Amino acid sequence: MLAKRIIPCLDVRDGMVTKGIKFLENIDVGDPVAMAHYYYEQGADEIVFYDITASNERRGIMLDVVRAVAREIFIPFSVGGGLRTVDDMRAVLLAGAEKVSIDSGAVRNPRLIAEGARAFGSQCIVLSMQVRRCAQSEAFPSGCEVVIDGGRTPTGRDALLWAKEGEGLGAGELCINSIDRDGTKLGYDLEVTRLISESVSIPVIASGGAGEPQHLLEAFTAGAADAAIVASIVHYGEHPLLDLKRYLKDHGVEIRDAVTLERNGR
Amino acid sequence: MIAIVDYRAGNLTSVARALEHLGHRCEITDQAERIRAADRVILPGVGAAGATMENLNALGLASVLREDVARRGKPFLGICIGIQVLLDHSEEDNANCLGVIAGKVKRYPAVVDGRPLKVPQIGWNRVRQSRRHPVFAGVPDNTHFYFVNSYYPVPAEAATVIATSDYGIPFVAAIARENVVATQFHLEKSGEAGLKLLDNFCRLGA
Repeated sequence: MLAKRIIPCLDVRDGMVTKGIKFLENIDVGDPVAMAHYYYEQGADEIVFYDITASNERRGIMLDVVRAVAREIFIPFSVGGGLRTVDDMRAVLLAGAEKVSIDSGAVRNPRLIAEGARAFGSQCIVLSMQVRRCAQSEAFPSGCEVVIDGGRTPTGRDALLWAKEGEGLGAGELCINSIDRDGTKLGYDLEVTRLISESVSIPVIASGGAGEPQHLLEAFTAGAADAAIVASIVHYGEHPLLDLKRYLKDHGVEIRDAVTLERNGR
Repeated sequence: MIAIVDYRAGNLTSVARALEHLGHRCEITDQAERIRAADRVILPGVGAAGATMENLNALGLASVLREDVARRGKPFLGICIGIQVLLDHSEEDNANCLGVIAGKVKRYPAVVDGRPLKVPQIGWNRVRQSRRHPVFAGVPDNTHFYFVNSYYPVPAEAATVIATSDYGIPFVAAIARENVVATQFHLEKSGEAGLKLLDNFCRLGA
């Protein structure tokens, strides 16, 4: 059986991790490469980096980060943030990322999904969508609207309809990021996650709101998610990744075991 | 020197980086003479069977892999699409493949027991070692490996199967015959377990 994936998320600005990660004594907690390596060793199933660098001139720094990360960790990792063209995606993939995560850029230009899928394969394209609850209506059958630019700009698109459109255009996975829950530690938005997960035939990643181990269990059960993004729940040391995985396993969720193997002699 | 076959697909550099990390010298190449001269050959990649075979044929590499690598006893590793094109035929693009190992490649069913199955499979799945093979040396049975696939290999001879897994249905996860080894999962993205298999392959017959 396929394991549920736990995906630590690192926000990177100008080549440095932005959220203060306090618990690591021997690691430069601002260094995304060191952080990626730390989570790799903790048994992360995948890692996602969001480049929140504001200025376009400094975007090249992220590619250096991606190249360095790719030499250090041997699990899939994706990169999102500011990807607007197929060339932007290509640069990140060539630098060593397994997947790209596109969000506002895809809403503004849905063809980006199809072009990316054609150029690199659907498995490379994660359509990430920020969703916000709204009144259910004919225009918003899911009761959730897609928003962009960090939640500042409403799009008039329904979350479920956009998810299905994205799948049809060739997205390989969908990441459902609840703006209402983001940073609240109240748990994922299970309702919209389940609604979308059961309406598409590609994997769905829950995002936004994890504060307790139970929230991950809910995402994988009530939320019907295939994977879950974790940020502050692991970054601040209250719930190390290893503990989260043990908790989920104890509750009957199929989880990848952490493996330590003896390396062959060199 | 290990040759990584460049057939214009993605994912070549990640295999190269994993080999470099393990201390093995490798070269990404589309040149027949470099592949013939290599000690070992890896056919990696993410892609579609049709495009992969088209590119291998256009580059003149299909016959090199079939005749000069597989039949000459050189250690040969196929990864992901690299396992699928070793068989005779793939349902994907209705593609005729290399025919190094007898069998075909099928698509996962959309529905299993009345429940929809998400295709592609993306993620970590347990791999059962059905036959002892040196490429799995030091790797516990039922270890998780990373898969990204919509199609799976169905070799004609059960004796070629060295590992299986389950995704809605049981499927073959790795095959081997003589010098040829191939995995449906991505060794280069499967953490320490994947690196171990890759390293084991680099030591086969050495």
